[in-house]
Amino acid sequence: MERTPFAITLDPNTSLANHTGNWRTMKPIYVDRLPPCNHACPAGENIQAWLYHAEEGAYEEAWQQLMQDNPMPAIHGRVCYHPCESACNRGHIDEAVSIHAVERFLGDQAIAQGWRVACAPRTGKNVLVIGAGPGGLSTAYHLARMGHQVTIHEAGPQAGGMMRYGIPKYRLPREIVDAEVARIQSMGVTIRLNSRVDDLEATMAEGRFDAAFLALGAHLARRVEIPGVDAKRVLDAVTFLRDMEGAARPKLGRRVAIYGGGNTAIDVARSVERLGMEPVIIIYRRDLGHAPAFASEITEAQDEGVQFQWLRRIAQGDESTLTVEEMALDEQGKPQPTGRFERIEADSVILALGQRADTGFLRRVSGLRVREDGTIEVDGTMMTGRPGIFAGGDMVPGEQSVTVATGQGKKAARHIDAYLRGSAYVKPEAHEPATFSRLNTWYYTDADASKQPLLNLVRRRSSFDEIVGGLDADTALLEARRCLSCGNCFNCDNCYAVCPDSAVIKLGPGKRYAINYDYCKGCGLCAEECPCGAIDMVREVK
Amino acid sequence: MTTERIKFYQTGTFTAGNRLLDEATRTVQSRLDRTNSLNSGHRACQGCGEALGARYALDAAMRASHNQLIAVNATGCLEVFSSPYPESAWQIPWMHSLFGNAPAVASGIAAALRAKRRDDVTVIAQGGDGATVDIGFGCLSGMFERNDDVLYLCYDNEAYMNTGIQRSGATPPFARTNTTQAVGEHPGNPIGNGKNVPRIALAHGIPYVATASVADLHDLERKVTKAIGVRGARYIHVHVPCPLGWGSDPAHTMKVARLAVESGLFPLFEAEFGKVICSTPIRRKVPVERYLELQTRFKHLFGPPQDTEALAAIQAMADDNIAVYGLME
Repeated sequence: MERTPFAITLDPNTSLANHTGNWRTMKPIYVDRLPPCNHACPAGENIQAWLYHAEEGAYEEAWQQLMQDNPMPAIHGRVCYHPCESACNRGHIDEAVSIHAVERFLGDQAIAQGWRVACAPRTGKNVLVIGAGPGGLSTAYHLARMGHQVTIHEAGPQAGGMMRYGIPKYRLPREIVDAEVARIQSMGVTIRLNSRVDDLEATMAEGRFDAAFLALGAHLARRVEIPGVDAKRVLDAVTFLRDMEGAARPKLGRRVAIYGGGNTAIDVARSVERLGMEPVIIIYRRDLGHAPAFASEITEAQDEGVQFQWLRRIAQGDESTLTVEEMALDEQGKPQPTGRFERIEADSVILALGQRADTGFLRRVSGLRVREDGTIEVDGTMMTGRPGIFAGGDMVPGEQSVTVATGQGKKAARHIDAYLRGSAYVKPEAHEPATFSRLNTWYYTDADASKQPLLNLVRRRSSFDEIVGGLDADTALLEARRCLSCGNCFNCDNCYAVCPDSAVIKLGPGKRYAINYDYCKGCGLCAEECPCGAIDMVREVK
Repeated sequence: MTTERIKFYQTGTFTAGNRLLDEATRTVQSRLDRTNSLNSGHRACQGCGEALGARYALDAAMRASHNQLIAVNATGCLEVFSSPYPESAWQIPWMHSLFGNAPAVASGIAAALRAKRRDDVTVIAQGGDGATVDIGFGCLSGMFERNDDVLYLCYDNEAYMNTGIQRSGATPPFARTNTTQAVGEHPGNPIGNGKNVPRIALAHGIPYVATASVADLHDLERKVTKAIGVRGARYIHVHVPCPLGWGSDPAHTMKVARLAVESGLFPLFEAEFGKVICSTPIRRKVPVERYLELQTRFKHLFGPPQDTEALAAIQAMADDNIAVYGLME
């Protein structure tokens, strides 16, 4: 170098001696952030991660990633009310990614291809699960994957819980439930049907169980008396939907009214419609805006001909009519009587006013705390007051849905596993949220959401065929590719390309990148041009 | 008239790489084996658009010419920050002579190669807008009219940045520079001054003329690659923001360049033998204010009071470009 004549020639690459990194006041670091979909998922799925595989057409990898958290993707892809999509950042651009449709596609592929999940070596521990609904099945699955022996006692004649006895066939075909339950059984989980547990402690002692998970569900309907109406003509939604699963159809009159404004009321109304009844009426004390049912469900029901009587209370009835009182909402949104009455024709009433858990027999178990409403108190680990006995699903306080129960099942399984090993499960710390404002949306291609095919109205009203169709492989692939990969690097090479100082090191295909801090001047271009916000600029500490 | 973009979900061809595309559709900049013609350790400012534009263009040229390339550099930022004695950041055969003679030196090299019957080597001359538009313009025009076998790359950052931000013939109207202060009745660079060198190059009827932007990497690489395959005089004018001279955030270099394109102020087009053959359409049109407001050199236009007349004049320039080059088709 010393012998280089001035202004004659300089050796190539000699600038590497100049470490421009010491100019830096801010430095880029690669981060993984928590995408809003993952954050919103009650089952704790890593949606962004499984979509990443699906985007490449690697469906089995995608499914395996999904199965880390949720053992029943084909079911959830159909019945989950997908809070992930409400949270999806793509919703700010055009429409949310149709996550449920891709999940359903993967779930159906897994059933068709017979994909399996591996289990850890046997631990020799034995766990009792009561109830083969989503919560119980989920716990059993996760425990089986961890190597524990699981036996499920189910009071009903078939497994599935509310997925079979609460959700109508047109939303969830029973062969899908059968297939996903069978897969869990094939992992070594024993399901004893028609096996009601009345004495928990005796059952545990008899089966030499090391721990138990209670997921009885909520099968007791709330009822009200309707003056003047024969109790025989008043059914409840739980009984009605359960009877729909039996050989004989439930006995109903000619004109059926359903009392309630939740999703169960809609399910019942749409089922009655399919039985070929005269126009079905839903009576609800509040209005459309205050109904707990999802707007999409209400719209679909209306399309199928279900009629709605908003702001009405059933006051009394006789053989063929109901007298309803008009209600008005007060400032708190509570319905108040107006004193104006009208009559509507109806000869049967189905009550869809909510349901509760039948947990009376658990009062005898010492340490268990049963609340007034029948729910069981659990701590942050899903354990009841009695060590070794855990509970989840509709029988514990909180939101009630298939996905919530499935998520609680996973959570309980982790804590049961830790309990069996004599340790404690420590939840890994969540990443910072991947907010929309961190995205550089310039780089994403415009693409509207794919639409799932819908069964035509005539067949919807006359049969229990599934009304929403699945995506085909091409559409599912394109839908997966609409994912913005919020907060998680997807190897787009932008940071590597936009660095004016060539200070981003590409680690190889799929292996992401590193910063060469010897030369990085800290300009922040990489962070600014990262489409998904996976680079933070942090203050340099010298 | 317009080039087709590949319609592809997720990020398509907007990002540099995209693992979902086949290798051929990705950029040279996304490749592990890119030349890094201008390597680390150079002394350009943080977020320098010119350093980026030069690496983009030369890496693409290296790949297209199978690494058979000689580059001549005019005086300017690029030359100064890449070769302070005794260091050089170049990984290609590179030479510097004077501020105004880069096209002539390149013509000489091309002549020498012809004499040696070396038709496998590409000669590139490059410089900033000062060297191109003003100081070396005579040599450049000569190189064009003789149709010498040289690809000339102009990295346009719209003023003399190296010497301290003095106006050049490429400085846009109303821009503040140290020689066109934002004072007086008509603050900033006078409207009506300056020249459009891509159009002057086009008027020479040379085989290939194009404009490009650091904000559109795929477009830039395609144009350089195409130019390498053409013999005779070729000219590519690359728009490269200068955070220092424009008063923009170093992290916004791409964003600023992108807004110049999307507002219509910097039209992307290609011309062959004196005729415009295609232009790159605007994807999401924005008003010129979105571009101007990120740069302190236009701060005086935003007042108070806001200089609506000036803003309208700049918008009219953008609208004119959109009409002339068919940017919204």
